[in-house]
Amino acid sequence: MHALIDLEREYARLKEDKDFQSQLEHLLEDFAGRPTPLYYAPNLTRKCGGAKIYIKREDLAHGGAHKINNTIGQALLAKKMGKKRVIAETGAGQHGVASAIACAALELSCEVYMGSEDVERQKLNVFRMNLLGTQVHPVGSGSRTLKDAINEAFRDWVTNVENTYYLMGSVVGPHPYPTIVRDFQSVIGRETREQIIQKEGRLPDAIVACVGGGSNSIGAFYPFLGNEEVALYGVEAGGLGLTSGKHAASLCAGDEGVFHGMLTYILQDKDGQIKSTHSISAGLDYPGVGPEHAYLKSTQRAQYVAVTDEQALEGFMELSKSEGIIPALESAHAVYYAMALSSKMTRDQIVVINLSGRGDKDVNVVAEKLGTRL
Amino acid sequence: MTVISDTFNELKSRNQGALIAYLTVGDPHPKRTPRLAEALIDGGADILELGIPFSDPIADGPTIQNAVSRSLASGSRPVDALNIAREIKDGSDVPIVLMTYFNPIFRFGVSKFIRSTKRCGISGIIVPDLPVEESVEYKKECAAEGIDTIFLASPSTDTTRLKRILAQTSGYLYLISLYGVTGIRTQIAESATAMIKKYHDIIAGSIPLAVGFGISKPEHVKHVIQAGADGAIIGSAFVKIIDDNRGNIPLAAKKLKSLAQAMKKGTVTK
Repeated sequence: MHALIDLEREYARLKEDKDFQSQLEHLLEDFAGRPTPLYYAPNLTRKCGGAKIYIKREDLAHGGAHKINNTIGQALLAKKMGKKRVIAETGAGQHGVASAIACAALELSCEVYMGSEDVERQKLNVFRMNLLGTQVHPVGSGSRTLKDAINEAFRDWVTNVENTYYLMGSVVGPHPYPTIVRDFQSVIGRETREQIIQKEGRLPDAIVACVGGGSNSIGAFYPFLGNEEVALYGVEAGGLGLTSGKHAASLCAGDEGVFHGMLTYILQDKDGQIKSTHSISAGLDYPGVGPEHAYLKSTQRAQYVAVTDEQALEGFMELSKSEGIIPALESAHAVYYAMALSSKMTRDQIVVINLSGRGDKDVNVVAEKLGTRL
Repeated sequence: MTVISDTFNELKSRNQGALIAYLTVGDPHPKRTPRLAEALIDGGADILELGIPFSDPIADGPTIQNAVSRSLASGSRPVDALNIAREIKDGSDVPIVLMTYFNPIFRFGVSKFIRSTKRCGISGIIVPDLPVEESVEYKKECAAEGIDTIFLASPSTDTTRLKRILAQTSGYLYLISLYGVTGIRTQIAESATAMIKKYHDIIAGSIPLAVGFGISKPEHVKHVIQAGADGAIIGSAFVKIIDDNRGNIPLAAKKLKSLAQAMKKGTVTK
C-alpha cells in the first residue's frame, strides 16, 4: 500500500508539473510519432453501405500499438520518482515491447514478466524485447499466461519496492493505476475529437474499440463521456462463443469480484477462483477488466458486446484487403463490430474505429487458421 | 478478551511465545487436512492458520502456490475449510484462524462467511489483499460476531498507516519480516531484528505481535521471539513437508509433529 500511496501522490504532483508535461509532449511527438492520423476508410465504408467509417491509426504509433502512450508516460514518471529499475508484465508481448522501448529511450533498466505459454507463442516479441535490452522472465505458475505474469510482477514489486517501478500495462490493478493509464491513453480520444471536428465539423455518432484490460478503449472513450450523442461500444473477445465458456468477455459474461486490487467484472467460478480465458488474440486474454469500464457498463454510458474468434478473423481479412491495413487481431474485433454497426446506420452518420495496433505480430496465428504454412 | 488474546496471555505467563502454524486446506486432499492439522497441534502449535486456496495467491511464494494448485486440483472448496475447522475444534482447544484472499470471501458473501466462521468455532480471519482502508464494513461485521481481524504490516508501513492498521486489528498484528512473499529462507532478514524492536515499542503491549514470512527454522523462531515478538508464524516449512511426503500421509504427519516440536522449543524464552 505504501508504494501505491507514494505513486498516487507523485503522479498528482507531476500531472500539474509543466516541465513533466512538456517532456511528455515532446516524447509523444518526436519519439512515438503522435498525433496518429484519423483516416477515412472509403472502401470499407462503401462495402458496408452505411455510416462513414473513420479509423484512428494507433497502429502507426511507434512499436505498432497504442501501448507506447502509456509506457512513455509511466517511464517518465518512474524516472522523476528516482526509480532506476522498471518491471512490467506482458501477455502477447506488446506492452513488454513498448515498456522496453520506453525504458531504452529513458535509460532505465527493464525486466518483463511473461507467462511461459506466451513466451512460447510470441517468440518474436521476446526477441524484440531482448534486442531492446530488456530481460524477459518466463512465469511457469498458474495458467502461465497474462494474469500469472501480473501475479509475478506484483511479487517482484513487493520484494524490490524500494528501487523498482511497476509499469502496469492496462487500466487494471489497484488505484491509482487505472487512473494513470487512462490519463496517458486519453491522448487517443483528445486527438480523435480534434481531428473529426476538423474533417467533419462535428462529433462522431459512435466509437468502437476492443476491450481486454481496456486501455485503448478507455483512452478513446474518455474525452467523449460528456457527449451523450456519441455512442460508445467496447468489443470483448467472444472466443469460441459466450456459451462455450472459452472466451475472455468479462463484462459480457463475468460477475463482480475483487482481483488484482480492483472491484470489477471477473471471469470466475462459483467459489471465486479465477478462470482461464481463451481468445485468438493474446492481448485480450485476461479474466478481468478495468474498473472504469465496469462503471460505464453500470451507468450504460458505454455498451459492451462480444465478437468471436471467427468474426475477428473476418474483420482482420476484410480490413487488410479493402483498405490495405493489417490490423492486430485484438483490433480486428472492433473492426468486425464496426462493420456490422455501420451497415445498420445511415450514410450521413459517422463511426470511428480505434485501431489499437497493427497485425504483423499475428500473421503466424492467422496463417495457421487459414491452413497456410509459412 | 478473545480466545486468541487469552492464548497469548496464557503463554506469556509461562514465558513462551506462540507457535502459529499454517497449512493449506485440501493439500493434498481435503480428507487429509484434519490429520495433518492434528500433527501440528500435537507438536505444539498454539494457534492454527488454515489457508483457503485461491487461484491467484499474489502474496505467496512457490511453496504455497504449489500447495494451492494441488488443493484446487483435488476439488477443495471454501466450505471444506469451514467444515474441517469445526472437525478440528471438536478435538482441540487450539484457536483456528482462516487465511484467504478477498475474492473467495466476496463470492461466498462477506456476512455469510463471517457468520459461518463463527458457527464453526473459528477465532480470526486474515485477508492479505484486503487493505485496512477498504475494511470498515468487514471489521464491523467481524467485531459483531467476535471474530478477530488480523491485519498485516510490512517493512514499508509507516507510522501513520500503522496506527490505522492497529485501530482495525484484533487478535494479533501480523508483521511481515521482509520485503517479499512467503517462502522458505535460509536466514531471516537482517533488518528483521530492528524492525521487531521498533514495532514492539510502538505497539507497547496493546496487541500481540506475530512475525511471519521466511521463518523456516527453530533458530529463526528463537531469534524473532528474543527480538521481542509474541509469536512466530510458520507456513512454507510445514507445507514443504506435506509436498515432499504427499504419497505417505502418516510419514508427513510424523515429520510435521517433530518439526513443530523443534519450532515450539524456540518460543520458550526462559
